[in-house]
Amino acid sequence: MVASSSLLKLQDLIQEIREAKTQAQEREVIQKECAHIRASFRDGDPLHRHRQLAKLLYVHLLGYPAHFGQMECLKLIASPRFTDKRLGYLGAMLLLDERQDAHLLITNSIKNDLSQGIQAVQGLALCTLSATGSAEMCRDLATEVEKLLLQPSAYVRKKAVLTAVHMIRKVPELSNIFLPPCAQLLHEHHHGILLGTITLITELCERSPAALKHFRKMVPQLVHILRTLVTTGYSTEHSISGVSDPFLQVQILRLLRILGRNHEESSETMNDLLAQVATNTDTSRNAGNAVLFETVLTIMDIRSAAGLRVLAVNILGRFLLNSDRNIRYVALTSLLRLVQSDHSAVQRHRPTVVECLREPDVSLSRRALELSLALVNSSNVQAMTQELQGFLESCPPDLQADCASGILLAAERFAPTKRWHIDTTLRVLMTAGTHVRDDAVANLTQLIGGAQELHAYSVRRLYSALAEDISQQPLVQVATWCIGEYGDLLLEGSCEETEPLQVEEEEVLALLERVLQSHMSLPATRGYALTALVKLSTRLRGDNNRIRQVVSIYSSCLDVELQQRAVEYNTLFRKYDHMRAAILEKIPLVERGSSQVDEEAKESKETAQLSEAAPVPTEPEASKLLDLLDLLDGPSGDAQHPPPLDPTPGGALIHLLNLPCAPPPPAPIPHLRVFEREGLQLDLSFVRPPGTPTLLLITVTATNTSGGDVTHFICQAAVPKSFQLQLQAPSGDTVPAQGGLPMTQLLRILNPKKAPLRLKLRLTYNHFGQSVQEIFEVNNLPVETWQ
Amino acid sequence: MIKFFLMVNKQGQTRLSKYYEHVEINKRTLLETEVIKSCLSRSNEQCSFIEYKDFKLIYRQYAALFIVVGVNDTENEMAIYEFIHNFVEVLDDYFSRVSELDVSFFSAVNQVFHSAWQRTG
Repeated sequence: MVASSSLLKLQDLIQEIREAKTQAQEREVIQKECAHIRASFRDGDPLHRHRQLAKLLYVHLLGYPAHFGQMECLKLIASPRFTDKRLGYLGAMLLLDERQDAHLLITNSIKNDLSQGIQAVQGLALCTLSATGSAEMCRDLATEVEKLLLQPSAYVRKKAVLTAVHMIRKVPELSNIFLPPCAQLLHEHHHGILLGTITLITELCERSPAALKHFRKMVPQLVHILRTLVTTGYSTEHSISGVSDPFLQVQILRLLRILGRNHEESSETMNDLLAQVATNTDTSRNAGNAVLFETVLTIMDIRSAAGLRVLAVNILGRFLLNSDRNIRYVALTSLLRLVQSDHSAVQRHRPTVVECLREPDVSLSRRALELSLALVNSSNVQAMTQELQGFLESCPPDLQADCASGILLAAERFAPTKRWHIDTTLRVLMTAGTHVRDDAVANLTQLIGGAQELHAYSVRRLYSALAEDISQQPLVQVATWCIGEYGDLLLEGSCEETEPLQVEEEEVLALLERVLQSHMSLPATRGYALTALVKLSTRLRGDNNRIRQVVSIYSSCLDVELQQRAVEYNTLFRKYDHMRAAILEKIPLVERGSSQVDEEAKESKETAQLSEAAPVPTEPEASKLLDLLDLLDGPSGDAQHPPPLDPTPGGALIHLLNLPCAPPPPAPIPHLRVFEREGLQLDLSFVRPPGTPTLLLITVTATNTSGGDVTHFICQAAVPKSFQLQLQAPSGDTVPAQGGLPMTQLLRILNPKKAPLRLKLRLTYNHFGQSVQEIFEVNNLPVETWQ
Repeated sequence: MIKFFLMVNKQGQTRLSKYYEHVEINKRTLLETEVIKSCLSRSNEQCSFIEYKDFKLIYRQYAALFIVVGVNDTENEMAIYEFIHNFVEVLDDYFSRVSELDVSFFSAVNQVFHSAWQRTG
């Protein structure tokens, strides 16, 4: 199958390789041939060397190693025959790149060839130099090339210009050599040389600011060239589908862009020309569109007039309507860059952009998505969200995450009503639940918590969504939380905003149990569901047996978090049943941005004492309070074991669900001055937070207008048995004299039975060197404090 | 800036390759197979510009032959698209109705030809 002669011509070799049916056969053929070639090189046959090299180059093209041909290239270049030289240079270009050691050896040959008078040879040498010239070679041969720039032969000049471009790229310091000839070269008529010159100037300007200044003076000349190009008619040599030399036009436009950037004067000179090019170019074929695109890019970059920018945006809009996908792609990319600076102009094309969302091509739809998200503003947010949600349902998974977060962000910034916001978020969660960001759950719960009038509506919708599908984790988490909080509203049965939905208690409990048991639920979701179940025990009117059963099952669960929760809740049912209602009340609204507070509440659950959370041993003050309570006679009956007082936050069971909240906005309950002695005054201010009707917050403020400091100030309080009292830590125990910083202390009183409030205070302090103790009952408490 | 210029057929055989930046020889075959794979997986409805690693691929299909040009970000994609077509037209003129066979047999000549056509960047 293989001819034995080593004088195989290239074509025959190609034929053989094509005949090989498998990869292995092909390799065999090539290896055999390479062996022949190596032998031939060793023998040093000058006549057929070029043929061998040609075969070797073909083999190299296919991807096989050919480094042993490098020295042969050198020999061929040095030979006087043209065919040899041609192949030698070709081989040098392919095999001898900068990293090879033999690379420098061709420098001398190139130098010789450059100074010969034969055009073809000079052309070859220049070609090789421009393809693989290293920095040293460029430095050596720069002057030679410069001489050639002014040769009479256009062929050589063209190649010389290309070589100059390469040299500038490699060695930017050579720019001072190549700067002077440029002015003259610009007068060329030959398009090839002109194109090369423009590229050379572009490279020079990009690399050195001095060159940039120098060439700014040539802007009028460039404008003139371009204008002639645009206005001349059809020329056989250079027209492509009706546009005269689009490549040259594009290159000139690019150079104008670089020259006009941040430079008022040049930009002004260009304005007319750009408008002319934009309007006169024929856009039915791709060549025209290419020129137009470059024009738009240039307009965007220079300091153009406002009218021109609008023209550019309109051109891009027209591109968007084009049926050719390539054009739409470039249009979308450019609009994305423009949308920051010319927002209103781009808005006009919004409907077309939205159309592009439906593209089957992923790269196009991704760009359309980014652009649409950038175009959302308060007036079009509802229409846009509609479109985007439609897109979300049908788009590929990698775009879903971006789309979902984009919609949620837009909804947050521009939501017209809370209800719309909740609806949108719900819909996103239902469509793309698994791809949303982690804080979407927190945001949604925050949102629902804040919109009190929509509690019934949200819980209903979430319930129906959950009943259909319990696999989307973020949705499940929000829904279980909501059902837990507002379960009573769910069961009420009537709500104006959705259709009446008759829900039985058993159904709700069954649903939550399903979530708990489903293998698709994450451990976090299970935690949510368990807590929701327990909260429902106070909200529902039925029997709690089912709930208690489920909770006790989970007290032996393998998951430590769930087990801990279940055990704690169990204890709540058994030993602290009287506190259950207070603990499981509705959560007060957390401040935005203090989502860490949520985290802390959960963390405090995790780090709280396990199993029997016994009440923290009461401080010594408690014993003194027993005395206080003995003094409280009245309808409240005997003083029994007082509820544990715990001035330090965290630790006890009581604090599980009560988040330490900032002082709430003051309600208009009048202040009360309860005590005054020798300049020390004690005031009480009252707040009833609107979300929790049974809670009363009292702030005790002690001010000192006398001449001496009050030190070791301690204030204690006692209330009748049906109330629950907490004293928080005072701000200090010294009240400085002469109206210094007052001391404050917060009291929290829970009044579930709405009984009339009675409060007794005991003060101990040192004043004017004497220790004082005072006990008194607060009279004249306003009615609003307990009703 | 153009990084490379490839003519690859549908079976993945390279008919012409010209690299304007140095790429290791074993990496070249890898690059070519990956490039042809991404071009083959495009349907008719998708556009001709692909984003591949850190540069863009602009491709055109002529019968069973793909001409792919790799460029960096600064190029005008449509101009390159036009250039590919121009190149094919020139080949057509030279070989009078060029076909893949011509290209594969005269690949060496093509190399020289192509250098002369080096589109300055």
